Amino acid sequence: MTNFLQYAVGGFATGSIYALVALGLALIYRSTRILNFAHGDITTAGAFVAFALLGIGLPFALAFGAALLSGALIAILFYFCVLVPAQRREATQLSQIILTLGLGLILQSLVAYFGGKEPQPFPFPLSDIEIYDVGGVVISQLSLGILGAALLASLLFYLLVQKTRLGLAMRATSENLPAAQTMGIPTRRILAFSWGMAALLGVIAGLFLAPLLLLDPFFMLEPFLKGFAAAILGGLNSLPGAIVGGLILGVAEALAGGYISIAFKNTLAFLIIIAVLLVRPEGLLGKEFVERV
Amino acid sequence: MKPLLKITSIETLYYDRIYALHGLSLEIQEKEVFAVLGPNGAGKTTLLKTIAGLLKDQPKKGTIQFEGKGIHRLAPERISSMGIVYVPEDRGLFRELTVRENLELGCWGRKDACIQRDMAFVYELFPILKARSGQQSETLSGGEQQMLTMARAMLRQPKLLMLDEPSLGLAPKISQQVYGALSQISKAGTTILMVEQNAKMALGIATFGYVMESGRIVLEGNAEELQANEDVQELYLGLGGETASPKGWRLYKKRRTW
Repeated sequence: MTNFLQYAVGGFATGSIYALVALGLALIYRSTRILNFAHGDITTAGAFVAFALLGIGLPFALAFGAALLSGALIAILFYFCVLVPAQRREATQLSQIILTLGLGLILQSLVAYFGGKEPQPFPFPLSDIEIYDVGGVVISQLSLGILGAALLASLLFYLLVQKTRLGLAMRATSENLPAAQTMGIPTRRILAFSWGMAALLGVIAGLFLAPLLLLDPFFMLEPFLKGFAAAILGGLNSLPGAIVGGLILGVAEALAGGYISIAFKNTLAFLIIIAVLLVRPEGLLGKEFVERV
Repeated sequence: MKPLLKITSIETLYYDRIYALHGLSLEIQEKEVFAVLGPNGAGKTTLLKTIAGLLKDQPKKGTIQFEGKGIHRLAPERISSMGIVYVPEDRGLFRELTVRENLELGCWGRKDACIQRDMAFVYELFPILKARSGQQSETLSGGEQQMLTMARAMLRQPKLLMLDEPSLGLAPKISQQVYGALSQISKAGTTILMVEQNAKMALGIATFGYVMESGRIVLEGNAEELQANEDVQELYLGLGGETASPKGWRLYKKRRTW
């Protein structure tokens, strides 16, 4: 039982990172029907900004704030400078997805050029080694921090989307763009804001993941793919689904790694995804693809 | 009197080669109800969409002036913020949002103190919306959805309200209710431009009507004139008169006056 709890807690911590990544992907997919392949690389860029600023001796709060802002800024600039002109020229959904892939590659090489390819340890205020014992279950300070940060971020994000006027405009724009335009909602700015928010959530995940792994230009690749899988598991157009999907994926991975073999960590998780999608192709909380005629 | 909306020989094309509007001109006077009639494919919806700016880079030629200012080829948000509110055929509701949220979005960009009063006005006009205010709008019936769209449009304080087939898919009783609300809205001082297949109902509340066919306006006149016109009677009002055979068919095609 203690073992089970131990694995579950570890799974929740990684799962909440997947959830944050998935949340950003789902947000962008919901509002623009674009799969953002640059999501992981925007996150990496943000983490490297924090790393560079910490290197010149800035305090953590300032460096992390700058990282979040720079991630959001990259996404917003990409939306305004690349996607909007592309949409004006009637680019298809697929070519816009390819554009995000291009952004990802550009960011990757920029990060490799300026940040170096060598894996580097990422300094962090919370320690991975400092642990707490809660009734036999051991949890590290960092995992606790990850859980707290993910919970806080998703809560704030939920309040933003559900309770504010800006959130209402975001929901309206993502659901029916022409109608939102005729309501006089500044849809471009709203969508740019959504891109920024998505990147911000991703950078939060990246900042908490970097001390767990080593920082190199490709450190977000696997978490990005897992986040992607989590978003699809939960239903790509559902925000709560992204969180649920991330947590399930994280816990499933941890349990499989603990009880079967570490080699099966990914296998079982993706088997679960396949099984779920066979039964519910729209994902756990996704809306069924029905078109009323 | 200066017209509220003045359209001068606009041409709208789909895919750069299919003419939907063919040098069309019309004028809309303030505080009156204008109806555009016409068969399928005449370009009625295209006309409204062109005015609302929803067709990118259209009209290709010609000008649209609203209160003396050119609005052709502006972004739809800009046109909407000038006071032209377009209610599309599919009603353009936010289906996953609740009735109240839909109405709140209708007040987007408004900061004046009259919001409460206007909310009260639309709830009075359509009491059913108050009862349903917490419900997702996709769960409403067709008539209720139409009412919600009109209520939402009213909250935008339109100077010109454009409706695309407000009676589409509604039971006769419900569409009468919708038309009753429309004439109340018009009495409150809103200019209305509507496209309608149901000519009888439209001409019932309109002051002026246009008949469109294949991208042109072929006939115009005030509602009484149109109702008295033989061709309109035959084609739109279903009053065959003496030209129709008692068996319901005839061997020659009557030439229209246009």
